[in-house]
Amino acid sequence: MTAPAATRDPGSAWARYRDNKDLQRLAICLVVGAIVALMTGKSGTVTAPTSGITGTFKSSSAYVWIGIFVALWLLLTVRDRYLQSVQSATHVLTTNRDRVLAITPVKWGIYAAGLVVAIALPHFVNNFWQEVLVGQIAPYVLLAVGLNVVVGFAGLLDLGYIAFYAVGAYSAAYWTGSLPAHPPFTVNPFWAFPLAIAAAMLAGVILGAPTLRLRGDYLAIVTLGFGEIIQIVANNLTSVTGGAQGITKAVPSFSVHAGGLHYVWPLELLPGNHYRWYYLILALIVVVLTAFHLLENSRVGRAWMAIREDEVAAEAVGINPLKYKVLAFAIGASTSGVAGVFFASKNGTFTPPDFAFQASILILVLVIFGGMGSLPGAVIGAAVLQWLPQALRSHIEQQDLYIYYGALLIVMMIFRPQGLIPSRRRAREIRMAEHGVGSADAMAQPGGAP
Amino acid sequence: MSEAIQERAVDVEDPILVVDNVTLRFGGVTSLADVSLRQGRGEILAVIGPNGAGKTSLFNSISGVYRPQEGAITFNDPDGRATSVIGRSPNRVTRLGVARTFQNIRLFNALTAVENVKIGVESRQRTGPVGAMLRLPYARREDRESDDRAFELLSFVGLQARANALAASLAYGEQRRLEIARALATRPQLLLLDEPAAGTNPVEKRDLEALIRRINTEMNVSVLLIEHDMRLVMSIASRVVVLNFGRVIAAGTPAEVQRTPAVVEAYLGTAAAEGDGDAASG
Repeated sequence: MTAPAATRDPGSAWARYRDNKDLQRLAICLVVGAIVALMTGKSGTVTAPTSGITGTFKSSSAYVWIGIFVALWLLLTVRDRYLQSVQSATHVLTTNRDRVLAITPVKWGIYAAGLVVAIALPHFVNNFWQEVLVGQIAPYVLLAVGLNVVVGFAGLLDLGYIAFYAVGAYSAAYWTGSLPAHPPFTVNPFWAFPLAIAAAMLAGVILGAPTLRLRGDYLAIVTLGFGEIIQIVANNLTSVTGGAQGITKAVPSFSVHAGGLHYVWPLELLPGNHYRWYYLILALIVVVLTAFHLLENSRVGRAWMAIREDEVAAEAVGINPLKYKVLAFAIGASTSGVAGVFFASKNGTFTPPDFAFQASILILVLVIFGGMGSLPGAVIGAAVLQWLPQALRSHIEQQDLYIYYGALLIVMMIFRPQGLIPSRRRAREIRMAEHGVGSADAMAQPGGAP
Repeated sequence: MSEAIQERAVDVEDPILVVDNVTLRFGGVTSLADVSLRQGRGEILAVIGPNGAGKTSLFNSISGVYRPQEGAITFNDPDGRATSVIGRSPNRVTRLGVARTFQNIRLFNALTAVENVKIGVESRQRTGPVGAMLRLPYARREDRESDDRAFELLSFVGLQARANALAASLAYGEQRRLEIARALATRPQLLLLDEPAAGTNPVEKRDLEALIRRINTEMNVSVLLIEHDMRLVMSIASRVVVLNFGRVIAAGTPAEVQRTPAVVEAYLGTAAAEGDGDAASG
């Protein structure tokens, strides 16, 4: 009976160090610090390939990086100790009072302040940052919020999300007559929104209905394949999509002419013209956020939560998992389609590589970084991660960008798996899974009968 | 003799549930062999048997989780409409009016007690994504209704004080009751309880007994019960069906079943013989 214990002597000094959580974390911090130092340090040359490594660790900046990560470790350790002492005293109280759905006045205040900041923001930044806001940050916020429905609310891993963005963009191009294939009638891109939403939603349902019976990993592979298919089709079906050269003529910019009202979003990205585009997409984001917030706290949102937590139990209380998964896919896809129309009309032109696999991963990273299942998390996560590379553009090389994203994601998963601003429920699920209360293990556990 | 037992198992007027010659196999293993039973409307019927007798397989077949290879399972609603359960997915069986609990409790652990029950109530509602996103009047009304109904059900099982506690933070007996409340929230006519008394203490068992009676009388729900606790079964079940090795070996009133030699043997006889054998070889 005691045989396994003998092979692994818990008394040895090495085992004690190895099993010490704080030391494990310190080791990870040191390694991450060293890697970041290597990435930012000197590059090797052809004649002396190792000079990159030796050069890096001869310069003082490497030790600054390592120092930063050790400081991070110290901070985390102190915080953990503090939380442990607080939690043990108040744990029962807080879980009892936990009213999940109540939005407090404080929260409304924060949201209102956030909106005011978002409205005022373009007036306080220069032309470059206005362009970044309209071109890089806002569309990705919208995409992250949409993917959040699929990944966060319904718990489905979608690795081909950008495909629906492509469907939206190509729909806009099609209905404005900018593709080699001509539509029965052409519309202004503003009125392409509903058509593109319908197309993206249809694509979501067509992809989802047969594949959402699959579980976790399999679904991820199928969506990955779908993303690739859309891009390859766009590339090769030249007679319809224009192929690798992109669409044949520019998608016109948005304009509204209705009932004496004439409003045009100018194509030229001249100073002063960013405002109109910015406020359009801000309005879209606010509408989508409001709708999704209401959705999350509704019958539909609770059904998603139930499926995410325990699909067998969800079925037993009358929820059709397939229906709700397809629904999540369709809603996520249509949000992506909206972003696609905006992208098409703002840029005027685009090519298939705009919808490459990396973009899908990037959006997923935004959602995970912000906090799965959390709408404020998706917004802040996307805003921060899209802002960061622009802010650092003179310090790091563009092609190294994904190395940093990868490193950031790894660090995030180790120290804060629930994300920057986690949803409270999602954070609890992760905590419970760590403590073995998670539903995934429920099947294997006996009922506790004597 | 076997035919006499079968007759007893199906000797019911106005059955709510009819199980006819059901056989369920997994590869070469036969989990249920030619099982037939009927449950009367409003009846509390218990299914007992040693471990591995096929009780939970029977439950899973009735609730749509498993699909038996042979036989028929029919649910009769009060209007006299008969619906076959076989081939229906579990969620459609639930919406038909057959709710269940699980042997190893399966709650939505990260949600509160009241949210768990609300999810059950909402299986009968129709608020869709558009109604929810626009917060249309009917969606708001349904949400209020589901709140009210959930609190009613929590009081019914005695958990109103724990409404906002996380399901995972509830005591074991409370979790059992919450699972029953969630099942009742789907407005079943037939409730399948899979070992509801497992792991509960004597006081909780008494409460549970009273609760099952109240579900049966106040809510007019028929109860099909799997249970190991003989005292509980004998006190609340009007009839008992005994399974062993996937077959019905006895059926009748609790008192009749207790006297049946086959039942005594299934529970005690073979085990005693094996025990002797072990002692001799050791």
